[in-house]
Amino acid sequence: MRHIISLLMENEPGALSRVAGLFSARGYNIESLTVAPTEDPSLSRMTVVTSGSDDVIEQITKQLNKLVDVVKVVDLSDGDHIERELMLVKVRASGKDREEMKRMADIFRGRILDVTDKAYTIELTGTGAKLDAFLGALEQGVILETVRTGASGIGRGERILKVQ
Amino acid sequence: MELTAGVTTELSGAEITLRCLHEEGVEFMFGYPGGAVLPLYDEIFKQDKVKHILVRHEQAAVHAADAYARSTEKVGVVLVTSGPGVTNAVTGIATAYMDSIPVVIISGQVPTHAIGQDAFQEVDAIGVTRPCVKHNFLVKDVKDLAVTIKKAFYLASTGRPGPVLVDIPKDVQTAKTNFFYPQSVPMRSYNPVIKGHSGQIRKALNLLLEAKRPMIYTGGGVVLGNASAELAQLVHTLGFPCTNTLMGLGGYPATDPQFVGMLGMHGTYEANMAMQHCDVLLAIGARFDDRVIGNPAHFFQEDRKILHVDIDPSSISKRVRVDVPIVGDVREVLQEMNRQLAAGKERPDPVAAKAWWDQIATWKGRDCLKYDRDSKIIKPQSVVEKLYELTKDMDMYVTSDVGQHQMWAAQFYKFDKPRRWINSGGLGTMGVGLPYALGVQLAHPEATVACVTGEASIQMCIQELSTAKQYHLPVKIVNLNNRYMGMVRQWQEFFHGNRYAESYMDALPNFVKLTEAYGHIGMRIDKPEDVEPALREAFSRKDDLVFMDFITDQTENVFPMVPGGKGLSEMILV
Repeated sequence: MRHIISLLMENEPGALSRVAGLFSARGYNIESLTVAPTEDPSLSRMTVVTSGSDDVIEQITKQLNKLVDVVKVVDLSDGDHIERELMLVKVRASGKDREEMKRMADIFRGRILDVTDKAYTIELTGTGAKLDAFLGALEQGVILETVRTGASGIGRGERILKVQ
Repeated sequence: MELTAGVTTELSGAEITLRCLHEEGVEFMFGYPGGAVLPLYDEIFKQDKVKHILVRHEQAAVHAADAYARSTEKVGVVLVTSGPGVTNAVTGIATAYMDSIPVVIISGQVPTHAIGQDAFQEVDAIGVTRPCVKHNFLVKDVKDLAVTIKKAFYLASTGRPGPVLVDIPKDVQTAKTNFFYPQSVPMRSYNPVIKGHSGQIRKALNLLLEAKRPMIYTGGGVVLGNASAELAQLVHTLGFPCTNTLMGLGGYPATDPQFVGMLGMHGTYEANMAMQHCDVLLAIGARFDDRVIGNPAHFFQEDRKILHVDIDPSSISKRVRVDVPIVGDVREVLQEMNRQLAAGKERPDPVAAKAWWDQIATWKGRDCLKYDRDSKIIKPQSVVEKLYELTKDMDMYVTSDVGQHQMWAAQFYKFDKPRRWINSGGLGTMGVGLPYALGVQLAHPEATVACVTGEASIQMCIQELSTAKQYHLPVKIVNLNNRYMGMVRQWQEFFHGNRYAESYMDALPNFVKLTEAYGHIGMRIDKPEDVEPALREAFSRKDDLVFMDFITDQTENVFPMVPGGKGLSEMILV
């Protein structure tokens, strides 16, 4: 099953490689991994999307907790949460496709960030599934380039991941 | 950071490092000099509180420090240079990591401005060692040095112990700053759980008290956690059988009637059968690894409740699903168990206990460790048995290398005390035996130290005979020489149609002459009747290193054996 795991870790050089190394050394899947400093610059927040049986996910959270740089780990999939990913897509936009592409971006609440005679660069935010759906809705020939950030996640309501 | 009043002199990074080691009460450091650690060696030269032991290969430095830690309760300390110094140390570091041994490795690094330039003797020490350390640090600023070294000792020795590496670039060793050594280093990201959950402990006790076929299985955690006395109290109060893993030997007295021997791939028939058929299993400081329970699917063919005490949450429910997990320091948890048990009146059902012990006695009657005692060729088991008889009343430590001889030592030497049996269980590193013996002998100069080894393993760190000469370390080497990599040969016989690919040790050296060349005493023994006199002679030479080369039966195998992928009750028996 797919899980989205959030963690807070010391913002030290090499911290990312400890997490990435753990996943490769123990044969765990990584679907995506994002990391950036938090409002407290001494802490980084990382979101890892992974998949595995309940036993594997339990081991993943335990092994992450065991890393000395990791301060806190939470499996967001255990409760209600919000998940967002950002994608930039460069598409062919010439002739009759141009209007259609604009409409498609509007339908998916995308924003056109850059325009040339022949192409649009569209920004799209949403769950991974929504971004997949947008790409699926386009003719494959019109997609020139895509870049995705990987998922970030946060708990709904009062659920907070923070160091006391 | 606060300065102690009156202290204004700035110290170099190298001086600070030595001062930190003094603060930690370090007696010995094991190492090998090189370009990137010369400022540190210069400071070693100027002091005499820490004694530096010069090994002949960095791998042996880590092994010796590791054995020093295993046999004391202290942290082992290593000093190596950059590049090859670090890569040579990696085998030793991984060995310590797999067995959770507290070691601090200080490595030199090229100057900070040269890092990443492919400088001479540069290697990414942090990257290379990352998968086999508990944690590691690159110190880029001399101001961070003292606190980093404090953290290294703290991390290595607390929670589930392990090796920690501190990489110090050469310019950081020469840069100066004020020295302040913190008393403690609280880390928000590292807070090992010490006390076990008392509700979980109650739950575990209730299951133990209701058990009809109970079993207590303990590992290296009991030894490292100094919990032997508490374990013995619990086992005696409950009257249950107890088995130890290879790493756990000595954690429970081997001569105690409730001890059923080591379990696992080469465990006793009675220990493995009791593991397989028990209805409540208490695991303490052990991790259900593949060499211990064999195939987990086969293990789960029998229904049993599993209670697991460990300081590392990730050890629990890793290979087997546990019914009652208890995270905590094993000693604290056992103390709490003993307290709760003493406070209550319930005791296990004596009728069930009698039936279970009768069953165990039947299994024991299988005499699984028997071998031909009338052989005209020296049987390796007989050497270990004789070694035990002659040395059991001495202040004795036994190290081993890896292979058949290691299993015979584990099966036939009865360890009654913890920290007396020093071997590489997790990584299975051939070559550890001799450096282990040196580390133990330095820690316990008055004790007797024997290294049980084989002609293949001993050659992997044979150069340390030179270190033994330099520091007058009179260890006794018991070489079970069967002219084969014995365990490899055994697997080839059982599982590869007797095709002994590359397992024969052709062109062996004359070990007697080799030992003499290093300035020690060598003996070659090839008749069974000479075994005892040779051992007596060797152990009477208190001040000499004696290498006993026992020419043993080439075809002897280790039994019982649980073949890979098989279940605990599917042993090959002799």
